[in-house]
Order: sequence, then C-alpha cells, then structure tokens
Amino acid sequence: MPILLFKRTRALVAQIDEFLDTVGQAALLFESGVADYVGGRREQFDTHYRAIEDAEHSADELRRDIEKQLYRHSLIPEARGDVLGLLETTDDVVNQAKHTLGMFLVERPRLLPGMDEDWRALGSTAARTAEAVVLATRAFFRDPYTVNDHLHKVYFYEKEGDRQAMALKRKIFDADADLALQLHLRHFVLNVDRVSDAAEEVADRLAIYTIKRTV
Amino acid sequence: MLVLFFLSSGLFLGWSLGANDAANVFGTAVGSRMIRFATAALICSVFVVLGSVVGGAGAAGTLGQLGAIDAMGGAFMVAFAAAVTITVMTKLGLPVSSSQAVVGAIIGWNFFSGVLTDTAALSKIVATWVVCPLLAGVFAALFYVLTQRLVRRLRPHLLWDDMATRWALVAVGAFGSYSLGANNIGNVMGVFVPVAPFSGLDLPFGLALSGAQQLFLLGGLAIALGVYTYSRHVMGTVGGNLFRLTPQMALVVVLAQSVVLFLFASQRLEHALLSVGLPALPLVPVSSSQAVIGAVVGLGLLKGGHGIRYRVLVDIAAGWVTTPIIACFLAFVGLFVLQNVFSVQVNRPHAFELSPQVIERVDRLGMPVDGLAELAGGRYTTQLSLNRSLRGGTALDAKQRERVVRAAEVDRYLVDPARVAQDIKPGWFESEQIAAVSSLVGREYRYGWQLHEELEALTPAWRLLPESPRNRLDNDRRQKQRRLVLVALRTEPAAAPIPE
Repeated sequence: MPILLFKRTRALVAQIDEFLDTVGQAALLFESGVADYVGGRREQFDTHYRAIEDAEHSADELRRDIEKQLYRHSLIPEARGDVLGLLETTDDVVNQAKHTLGMFLVERPRLLPGMDEDWRALGSTAARTAEAVVLATRAFFRDPYTVNDHLHKVYFYEKEGDRQAMALKRKIFDADADLALQLHLRHFVLNVDRVSDAAEEVADRLAIYTIKRTV
Repeated sequence: MLVLFFLSSGLFLGWSLGANDAANVFGTAVGSRMIRFATAALICSVFVVLGSVVGGAGAAGTLGQLGAIDAMGGAFMVAFAAAVTITVMTKLGLPVSSSQAVVGAIIGWNFFSGVLTDTAALSKIVATWVVCPLLAGVFAALFYVLTQRLVRRLRPHLLWDDMATRWALVAVGAFGSYSLGANNIGNVMGVFVPVAPFSGLDLPFGLALSGAQQLFLLGGLAIALGVYTYSRHVMGTVGGNLFRLTPQMALVVVLAQSVVLFLFASQRLEHALLSVGLPALPLVPVSSSQAVIGAVVGLGLLKGGHGIRYRVLVDIAAGWVTTPIIACFLAFVGLFVLQNVFSVQVNRPHAFELSPQVIERVDRLGMPVDGLAELAGGRYTTQLSLNRSLRGGTALDAKQRERVVRAAEVDRYLVDPARVAQDIKPGWFESEQIAAVSSLVGREYRYGWQLHEELEALTPAWRLLPESPRNRLDNDRRQKQRRLVLVALRTEPAAAPIPE
C-alpha cells in the first residue's frame, strides 16, 4: 500500500512537471512561429504550428488526467481547487498561443514594411511572459516562498508587451495604408499580446494561492 | 449477571467517550478530508483498545484516590451520570470534556456518601485542567514552527508534502488513539477498579490479563463501538469551528494533543524522569478536548490571534465549568433514586470513632489532640459528619482533620490464611511482605493502621520511604500494596466492627 501510494505520487509529480514543460515549450514554439511568419518562412511556420497544435493537445490530456487523479484519490484536499484552477488557466496560455498562430495560418495578414522587428519583439515578450509564469508555477509546487521572485518578472514582461503592442499599433495606424488592413493588423497585435495577458491571469491567481499556502 | 448490568453504565460511558473524544484525535484529519472516516475509525479503534489494556493502569489510579467508590451500585451511577452528561451535551452541540464529567460525578458520589473528597487528588486533577490546554498550546506552537522549518529546508513538492502529511496523520492519530485509550480508560473504567469482581486470566503464549486489564479491554471495546457508531458526525465538525486549520496544522494539533495525553498517562516516562531526579507530571486522566482546544488556540495565537473565534472559545470554557457541576448534580440525584427507590446499595456502610487508641495514634503522628477526648463518645457513620464535629470541637486544620478521619475509621480485618493464600500473591507483593502477613495469621484488627503498624514493625518492606521525588514511585507502589492488603483482609460487614 505505501509503495503504491509512493509510485502514484511520483507519477503524478512527473505528469505535472511534464505539463509545465509542455507549456514552456509552447511558448518557445509561439515565439519561433511569429518570427517565421514575419520572416516569410512558410514551411518552418507550418512545422511550428503543427508542433504547437500537438503541444496544446498533450497539455489538455495531461491536465485532464492530473485533474482526474487529484479527484479520484482525494489528493491535496485543501489546495485541490487552487491547483485545478491554476492548471486550467496555465493551459489557457497554450490555447491562446495556438489560437494566435492559427489566425496567422488562416488569415495570412499582410504585414506592413519596416515593422518586422516590432512584431518579433512582441512575440518574444509574450513568450518570455509565459516562460516566467511557468517558472512561478513550478515554484508554487516545490517552494511557494520563492513564487514572488518569478511573479515580478511576469508582471514586468506583461507590461513591456502592452507597451510594445501600443507602439506597434501606433506605427500601423501612422502608416499610409488601407484602414481595413490597419484594423486587421491591430486585431493581430491584440492577439499576440493576449498570450501575455493569459500568463498575467495565471500570475494573479498564483499570487493569491501562494499567500494561502504560506500564511 | 448483576455485575454486567452495573458495568453497562461504564460501557455506555465508554461509548460516549468514543463518540465524542475520537473526534479530537482524528476529527481534523477527517474534517479536512486527508483521511477517510473508515480508515480513521479502524486505526482509532485498534489503538484505543491497545492503549486501554497495555497502558491504562497509570491514570486510572488517580481517580481511585479521588473517591474510592466501594459499591458496584455507586460505580454504576457515577459512570451513568457522566455518560448522560457527555451524551446530552454532545447532542446539544456543547463542547464537553469527559474527564471533567467523571470527576464531577465522583464528587457527587462523595457528597452523597458523606465521604471527604481527597483535596490533594482533586487539586492535582483541577490543576491539569489549566496545565493541559496550556501545555498543548505551547507544544502545538513549537511543533508548528519546527514543521515549517523542516518543510522550508526540504522543499518537498506539494504532492509529496500531501502524502507525507497523510502518513504522519495516520501515525500520529494511532499514537493519539493509544494515548486516548491509556489515559481516558481511567475515566471509563477507573471507578469500577476497586469493586470489579474479575480475577486474573491466563491466555495462550504466556500472556495474562489482570482483572483491571479485563475491565479496560471491555472499556476499550466500548470506546471503539462509540467511534464506529457515532463519531463520524462529530469528526466532520471538530476543529474548524474555532480556527480554520490546514492539513499541516491538523497534524500539529493531533501531535500536540497526543504528546500531552501521553505525558499524563505514561508510567514508564514518569519512572524515567523520576529515576534521574527530574520532576514528573502527575498521572491523571486529562481531557483530550481540552488538549485539542489548547493546541488550536496555541496555533491561532502563533498566527497573530486574528483568526480565533473568541466567542466560540468563551462557549467552550463555559462548558468546562458547567460539565463537572451538571455531572455532580446528576450523580447525586441518581444515587438518591437508586438507593431510595430501587434499594440498591450505592456505598459501603462505614463507622468512625475517636477511641483512646485513635487519639494516641493522632498524638504519635504529631498532631494536636486537644478537644478529641470530648468527641470520643460519639459514633459517626460518615467521614463528613466526623469532619464537621472535628471542625467545631478542635483546632485541627483541614489536612489534619482528613488524617484524623482516616485514622478513626473502624473496620474488621482478619488475617485469614485462605485469604492470604488467595489475594496476597507474589507479583503484587514482595516475598518479605507476604512472609510478614503470613506471620500474623489468625490476628484481628479494628483499624487499618493497626495492621499497617504491625507489618511495618515486622519488615521494612512495608514501610514508606522518606518523601522525595526519587522515592515517589516506590511510595506510590507501597501505598497501593497497603491499600490492597486492607481490601483483601477486610471482613464484612464494616458496620459491625469487632468489639474492643
């Protein structure tokens, strides 16, 4: 009986780690996908899109499995609700990243010249925000007292992303282009930035859950 | 058959204690859903029974001192009054301490029977009602700080932390159940120990159960029944009312409570402390409810005291005051009904007289004898009536009066060879002690102290050692042996003592 419990716990810890690895990987794929689209590398973009689709799929499966086991074996009764909420919002980061890359794939927006670096920077910042939130979530499971060391990075990158998005939107609307295209591109700026917003959502929850765990 | 009927109230008390106090051990664990009720009930039952049988002797003795209930009918009503108090208060949702209910009921018997309450034993017990929650609070705070430090150092994953906490709750819960059995069996069966008719039982594999252990086994089983049948509801609500506990806090609370119960029940620990010259805690049945509340408040205060619901705390403290009073009243009324309506004997008749031998004994003990001769003609049937006369007619203080009353009790002790062979056995008595008793065969005594004096003159093995912490255990054992020899050689009826 103790060996069984030991094995089960070890397997579940590994699954949570794998889930967070997948989220971190999805952030990197998103960054590469945006850079590929901006650079006009269609084949690489398609490969990265398929990879992020797989990551999203396996993150969903892992999350469901973890949730099921937490309930079935009545594990962490005090923190179960918090952990489930945390896993779901973290999964939203992957969903948003996949959704945004999917929009690039389907709608194929025509980017205006002279703004490539801005698009890449915006994508990178979104990926950094997601990476920082993955580190914070890992810390929540292993060492809640260090969660805040990671959270401040999440908030920094998210703010930076907002600033970059605003600057890019200004550039778009300052450019001599058709209004329909400008509105279309604004829509993409917002969606790339939403990855950071999703990560910020996770960070907000983490801040509260961490207080609950450490008080 | 009659014995079983009388014991039924003790079993009822055991059941109510199981229903109420098991929640103190596993309530926080089950309430926070860390352990399933079925698991908790099984562990609790097994270890309560073990604790009762293996470690129950220590704390049970103190209740025997508080009021030596000398008739089955009396023991029945004392246990019944305590059980009714606990059950009714639990039903009403009022916090209740089983040891307080029992102490209250015994004092009710003392009042009814005109027996002086042993102030030393009572003050020892009442002192633990203050010391026990305080100690539990201090232990809980200390354990919590240590646990937090350990967790911060080891930095376990949330799930490993969860698994470790579960196992620790099971282990500590088992320890708590053992301590509950060892300590509180005194509450359940302690009053029956002086009057129970069980004799030693030899079991296979060289095991043996003494009469008291058989009583404790029955009591332990009754507690286990209470755990299974009624504690589920109580477990679900305990702890959270006063202060919200995390699983780690729940663990610390159970650990602190178990340690406190163990400290007040372990003869081995007392022996170890005394043998190295350290002071030991008295072996007294303490309340697990008080220990739990003390531990929870200790944690609450450690956390700044903001989360404690002080109103609930006041209600609980009020319950601690009212419980012994209600039990005392119920026992008194119940004993009256039992004796006068059902004609059941609830105490043994006693007789007291201040004969010249008693006055001489009092003088030898170094107490003033002025005024005793004037009271010599009177016949007294209760300790209280003699004590009243002594208070009016002499300058003796309360403690001295208590000693005079005990010296004045008239009885009939016959050193009958059959009884010596049956009851003065190796194991309980040393060979020198047995030889001394055997050399007095055929002699009769009017006062217990006369027999003691003769035995002391025959061998130092019957003498009490000078009072010191180091000698306390030996003296406790000798006092027990001196009481046992009187019980063994007393001939009924006491109301008709041998003529002078």
